[in-house]
Amino acid sequence: MSIQLEHIHYTYSAGTAYEKHALKDVSLEIPQGQFAGVIGHTGSGKSTLIQHLNGLLKATSGKFYYNGEDVYAEKYNMKNLRSQVGLVFQYPEHQLFEVDVFTDVCFGPKNQGLSSAECEERAKEALELVGLPEKYYRQSPFELSGGQKRRAAIAGVLAMRPKVLVLDEPTAGLDPRGRDDILEQVAHLHRQTGMTVILVSHSMEDIARYVERIVVMNRGEKMLDGTPKEVFAHYRELEQVGLAAPQVTYIMHDLKERGWNIRTDATTVEEAAEEIIRGMKHSYD
Amino acid sequence: MIRDITIGQYYPAQSCIHRLDPRVKIVCTILFLVSLFVQNSIWGYALATLFLAAVIRASRVPLKFIVKGLKAIVMLLLFTVVMNLFLTKGGRVLVDFWIFRITENGLRTSVFMAIRLVYLIMGSSIMTFTTTPNGLTDGIESLLRPLNRWKVPVHEVAMMMSIALRFIPILLEETDKIMKAQIARGADLESGNLIQKTKAMVPILVPLFVSAFRRANELAMAMEARCYHGGEGRTKMKPLIYRAGDYAAYGITLLYLAGIVVVGRFTG
Ligand SMILES: Nc1ncnc2c1ncn2[C@@H]1O[C@H](COP(=O)(O)OP(=O)(O)O)[C@@H](O)[C@H]1O
Ligand SMILES: [Mg+2]
Repeated sequence: MSIQLEHIHYTYSAGTAYEKHALKDVSLEIPQGQFAGVIGHTGSGKSTLIQHLNGLLKATSGKFYYNGEDVYAEKYNMKNLRSQVGLVFQYPEHQLFEVDVFTDVCFGPKNQGLSSAECEERAKEALELVGLPEKYYRQSPFELSGGQKRRAAIAGVLAMRPKVLVLDEPTAGLDPRGRDDILEQVAHLHRQTGMTVILVSHSMEDIARYVERIVVMNRGEKMLDGTPKEVFAHYRELEQVGLAAPQVTYIMHDLKERGWNIRTDATTVEEAAEEIIRGMKHSYD
Repeated sequence: MIRDITIGQYYPAQSCIHRLDPRVKIVCTILFLVSLFVQNSIWGYALATLFLAAVIRASRVPLKFIVKGLKAIVMLLLFTVVMNLFLTKGGRVLVDFWIFRITENGLRTSVFMAIRLVYLIMGSSIMTFTTTPNGLTDGIESLLRPLNRWKVPVHEVAMMMSIALRFIPILLEETDKIMKAQIARGADLESGNLIQKTKAMVPILVPLFVSAFRRANELAMAMEARCYHGGEGRTKMKPLIYRAGDYAAYGITLLYLAGIVVVGRFTG
């Protein structure tokens, strides 16, 4: 059960003056249940990459297997793929259109051909998963606050009960509080449902503490791929492409350079604090 | 997807046509269009073809792009040709079959009409391919300035035009995004009858309108914040100034027009 991309190339507006080679030879395998992060500078091809995952974009060349089945085969059921791989676009609140939040969330399941009782059940479940209180269900989606709108929109995708949830920069344009809320909610969702979650971001700080694996994109190519610890070890290369490792990585490396006997692979503030305390004890002994 | 529309689009390149003053391009395009309609002879069309070919060559816009723009008028073209072919009377009868009768005049008129239409589109798309939308509105504003005397709000109209032009690609991109987002939620935009298809547009149109109004509001706010108050006393950062090349372009176009008139005299 997995997503498998092999040597994917993608070119926008091929054959025009605006031709853009947005993906170059990207190969990637994401096993079911993984919480993965895709990170890269603006324009590095993150959004292009993830739009392949539910067949919205078809690779110019390359292969894509979902659960071992060739997605680009002639008879492949795209509609089925789209209900298995839920894609939440950047600024998903811009897709809301119904008279109230609840009806909007029902849009996805309704398109899957479910009965209205089932749709409602799923909508309720999805809205609970994103933590939107019941008092908002019958309000117009346009009256909600930014963070609430985004939750409603994410619920709209979750209501389809996808096996894979892909979120394109879910924190863009939110204040720090709203950002942490959404990320916590997504992490919680992953723990609770065990679905594959792919989180796209241009900020390391955002995803470092949540994901098990980071894929770094640069100019349409996959530059690094590994656990956060492995990826942050290349912090100098990351800097060269305009990305920064979390601040703690820098602190740990600086301390090490000044002769402290500590490990440098902490990714969160808590881990770093522990390691520093350990290091201090060590040097006093 | 939807972004691949080419008609009315700028094609970035380095060429003498691109560098011309937009006013020159507007005036010469209008003159060229007029020239298509004031004559009706083989030699006139030959001259027009020569002129158009030379301009296209000089503009460095691949012919492929210009031809692509014609796709939009294929239906109109067919309609015109068919109507002229069967309905024009006079001259030798070429085909006489059941109720269809094609005459020499009919054939001639329909071919010429087709050429006119095609050149009309090609001529005007050369202008839009080689001039940025902003350049075009600057040119129009400057050409229409005399109307100010009769209280026509030329600056405001030009500003509205340039904003509208600026918003076309933005709204296309937005439409593309919203369509994708709704397809990702299982929306089916392709199958079904006309009523179902129309209904399927609602999830796209509502967010599109909301976003257009939001953007318009934001833009108005941003303009006011920078003290925009209309055209009065407003100067340009890059004022339009005629240079040698521009006068040469006017000259060449006038020469071409003279040629058309002469040809018309002798053959018409
Ligand atoms: N619809 C499109 N048409 C043409 N070019 C595009 C389109 N979408 C993205 N691009 C280009 O492809 C490149 C990658 O874009 P994208 O995948 O959106 O990057 P990211 O999400 O990492 O910011 C960019 O250079 C962008 O300008
Ligand atoms: Mg993006």
